[in-house]
Amino acid sequence: MLRTLPFIALASLSLVSCENRSDVEIANEQNILIVGNSGEPKGLDPHLVSGVMESNIIRSLFEGLCVEDPGKDSSSLPGAARKWTPNEDSTEWIFNLTPKAKWSDGVPVTAHDFVFSYKRLLSPDPNWPAKYSEMLYFLKNGEAYNRSYFGHILCGNDPDFPISWETLKQANFKGERPLKLDNFKGKEFSKLGETELKRLSPYLSAGQSIDLAKITADDVDLNTLDETEQRIFLNAQGIDKLDQTQLEFLKTNTDLLNWTAQIPEEIRQLVLDRLIDHHKAGKPNLWEKAQVGVTAVDDFTLKINLRGPVPFLPEITKHYTWYPVPKHIVLRHGEINTAFSSPWTRPGNIVSNGPFKLKEWRTNHFLEVEKNENYWDADQVSLEGIRYLPIKDYFTETRMFGDDQLHLTYTVPSELIPMAKDKYKKELRQEPYVGVRFVRVNTRNSPLSNPKLRRALALAVDQEAICEKILLGGQTPASGIVPPFGSYEAAGVIAFDPAKAKELLKESGYSTDSKFSEIKLLTTNSESAVREAETLQAMWKDNLGIQVRIEQREWTTYLQQQYDGDFHLCIAGWIGDYLDPTTFLEMWIADGGNNSTGWGSKKFEELLSKAENTADPETRFQFLAEAENTFLNDTPVLPIYFYSTNYLIRPEVKNWNPLLLNNHPFKFVKIEE
Amino acid sequence: MLKTILSRVIQTIVVVFFLVTFVFFAVRAIPGNPFVSDKATSAEEEAALQAQYGLDKPIGIQYLNYWKNIITEGDFGSSLAMKGRKVSTLIAESFPISLKLGIVSLALGMLIGIPLGIVAAVFHNKWQDYLAMVIAMAGICIVAFVLGPIFQLSFAMRLDSLNVAGWSRPSDIILPSITLCFGVAAYLARLTRGGMLDVLSQDYIRTARAKGVPTLQIITKHALRPALMPAVTFLGPAFAAIITGSFVVETIFLIPGMGQYFVFGIQNNDYNLVLGLVLFYGILMGIANLLSDIALIFMDPKLRTA
Repeated sequence: MLRTLPFIALASLSLVSCENRSDVEIANEQNILIVGNSGEPKGLDPHLVSGVMESNIIRSLFEGLCVEDPGKDSSSLPGAARKWTPNEDSTEWIFNLTPKAKWSDGVPVTAHDFVFSYKRLLSPDPNWPAKYSEMLYFLKNGEAYNRSYFGHILCGNDPDFPISWETLKQANFKGERPLKLDNFKGKEFSKLGETELKRLSPYLSAGQSIDLAKITADDVDLNTLDETEQRIFLNAQGIDKLDQTQLEFLKTNTDLLNWTAQIPEEIRQLVLDRLIDHHKAGKPNLWEKAQVGVTAVDDFTLKINLRGPVPFLPEITKHYTWYPVPKHIVLRHGEINTAFSSPWTRPGNIVSNGPFKLKEWRTNHFLEVEKNENYWDADQVSLEGIRYLPIKDYFTETRMFGDDQLHLTYTVPSELIPMAKDKYKKELRQEPYVGVRFVRVNTRNSPLSNPKLRRALALAVDQEAICEKILLGGQTPASGIVPPFGSYEAAGVIAFDPAKAKELLKESGYSTDSKFSEIKLLTTNSESAVREAETLQAMWKDNLGIQVRIEQREWTTYLQQQYDGDFHLCIAGWIGDYLDPTTFLEMWIADGGNNSTGWGSKKFEELLSKAENTADPETRFQFLAEAENTFLNDTPVLPIYFYSTNYLIRPEVKNWNPLLLNNHPFKFVKIEE
Repeated sequence: MLKTILSRVIQTIVVVFFLVTFVFFAVRAIPGNPFVSDKATSAEEEAALQAQYGLDKPIGIQYLNYWKNIITEGDFGSSLAMKGRKVSTLIAESFPISLKLGIVSLALGMLIGIPLGIVAAVFHNKWQDYLAMVIAMAGICIVAFVLGPIFQLSFAMRLDSLNVAGWSRPSDIILPSITLCFGVAAYLARLTRGGMLDVLSQDYIRTARAKGVPTLQIITKHALRPALMPAVTFLGPAFAAIITGSFVVETIFLIPGMGQYFVFGIQNNDYNLVLGLVLFYGILMGIANLLSDIALIFMDPKLRTA
């Protein structure tokens, strides 16, 4: 055995093939594009993924109603829909589908597939782990269905209900935000802070105390609570979230909950009866009653009703959450809301409607798609296929590009940008990308609850130095939270100003001598993150005399600490989903899932909702800019820079133009030598 | 012999049992949450996910269920981070690749390390010895994430027939296996040198020299076999380690092996994946140790009677 091993080794080494052509040369002959894609995709279900690498693959496999224009931002070409017409205020859209459009198994793509898809993504079941259902909240009643707003669906949507939803909705259906029970979980009443007590104060008489453990238990029995506790619990939950016994209890004394005086007792009873009946019936699916704004008028006509005017709807339909999934295939392999355990996206099962279809997928090895001959516009498609390589190491990726193994890299690490500028003059592209890097501030606790101090920190960051001396990748200083694009006038209120920063620090009542040593800056454990954190640390030290401590955590812990509010400052980023400022603004509503700063403002939310109900693009942008200003004046985040993309592309790849969202339509890409 | 094998098997089972038990609880103590994502997860959603993977149950029940599923259904569970994929599938897909790369690297390592060690011992305290030991020390010190890029830059980017990274051509095995073999070769060289020095000072070697047996023959016929014993003891665990892949080499050379799952599993709090790997690795380690024990028995007649 020992003697034969060397021979085995020699034999395997001599197996070296005599292929001297590079991978790219071979691929060019086969008309296949090889792209670096940064990692192993989590899946191919357009409704379940949320990453950029997955979207790169899904964009070649599936097609939405509209398709990206390969040469122009904010312009839409026909995709699964050949034509679309909005009504006057852009609240109702008719999409005429391409009758030739087929799934890759030859079955026609119909309006029913779209209705099914949107119903699927909005599934209200907590077992449905979609990360991006919010993208469909543009649809009328989409949010109500997804979040199971029973009152809205069972009473508000019923035209025969005795009073209008406008009046009825003032009752506490969704629960009072400040009372959110999660805020009180595991705490003792005697140890509550000032802000927390203030939240409870409307329900407490002087000197009264309550048992927090009882009202935050998993299964609350209202009979065991005293009246104050009952009130707090019921108003914290809101009618929609109560279970059958709790609703029945409320029915015996409706006054325990805030209804507003305009809603008389018999209406209250009616509302509660409807909800109780629904629970009694075993909570059947409410899709029909929810009247979500998507209807198949006929096989090839799709009607979309929106919650407000959305003049940029075609822009949104290009996002993969709006892509159709094949009803016949999804249901063959599971229920409508079977998530990751459904094998419908596995090779051999998956059927798609885009220019390409899945050919082969090997974990951590490669994923290859090939031309879909059933695609309605197959003549337009030049590439025979695309091979995605899950290259996690970006240094390897750049070397592979240099060795002619790739047409296109995912990125270029900032360390290699000077080299690339010199060696790959023609191949290096540096383009703006709608994303923003910022520092999240936990505004819940002092000293950072002080807006002046936060602003001082923001103005003490020399953004230009970060962009031009460290990143080198064409990033630009972030003057606000919304990156510049189109006709939106960014607020532009944050800029490096050390003198002003010092002044603000003085005004804030703190001084450099104040005890700031406990301020921690949370970031991830990647090398670039450390460098970035150290730069910020030095800038605050130099410009304000404030010393912060860097806290590095690996990725999942870092995310968890952010969601838990277990940080003071935290470096983060956000990438736009579509070309509209709302994609950067809506996340900052109070208690929004991705807000995590503890910040909230009524004025900000009012401005957003004004914008939501405005059809005129110019006025709409004005409202949004005002909202951004409101947000920045309070400075719950410290903007650092706007993203850019840096990548290498071979000159023979044509029709690959700068796009702000970096969502390049593979349909139009050509290899021409 | 049978007794040795049997006792080894029982030892392995006991060790693997304790190993998995320890890791089962240790991995759950790591801060972080397997279901956290860059988009916020609601409390209801998280509860549903916990329930789906049985993580909502008391930890003792989870532990019993883990063994129950393995024993009754041969089910190692699903990956928590790579959703929809079974741990057993992930291992079955990636292990053959790591095995192939591991065997080639190990063979290369032996091919380089053992002769290097012999040369060093034979020319004890001469320049050949120092040179060999400097090379060995360098092999231990220069880690894969330095060697790999050096090879990529100096060979792959210059030679048309070699790719920088990837796993599509037969030649793709060359650079990663050379990168991996260095550490093994270095250890083997040091162990062989030590063993050889030890043997060369024995009386029976002196007798052979006195009889006039040529040096080369003394080494190959009389000294080599006992001199390799320490190296063979090392080869068992080294074999198990190298065929389960290397995170660094796989990341640098874009190899779809199983080494990366060890790191991925820990980073993502993927309890099932980590446990599956630990179980698999433990069993492999047991087998490899058994094999090296058997090899030692064949090499040393004294052990056969013992």
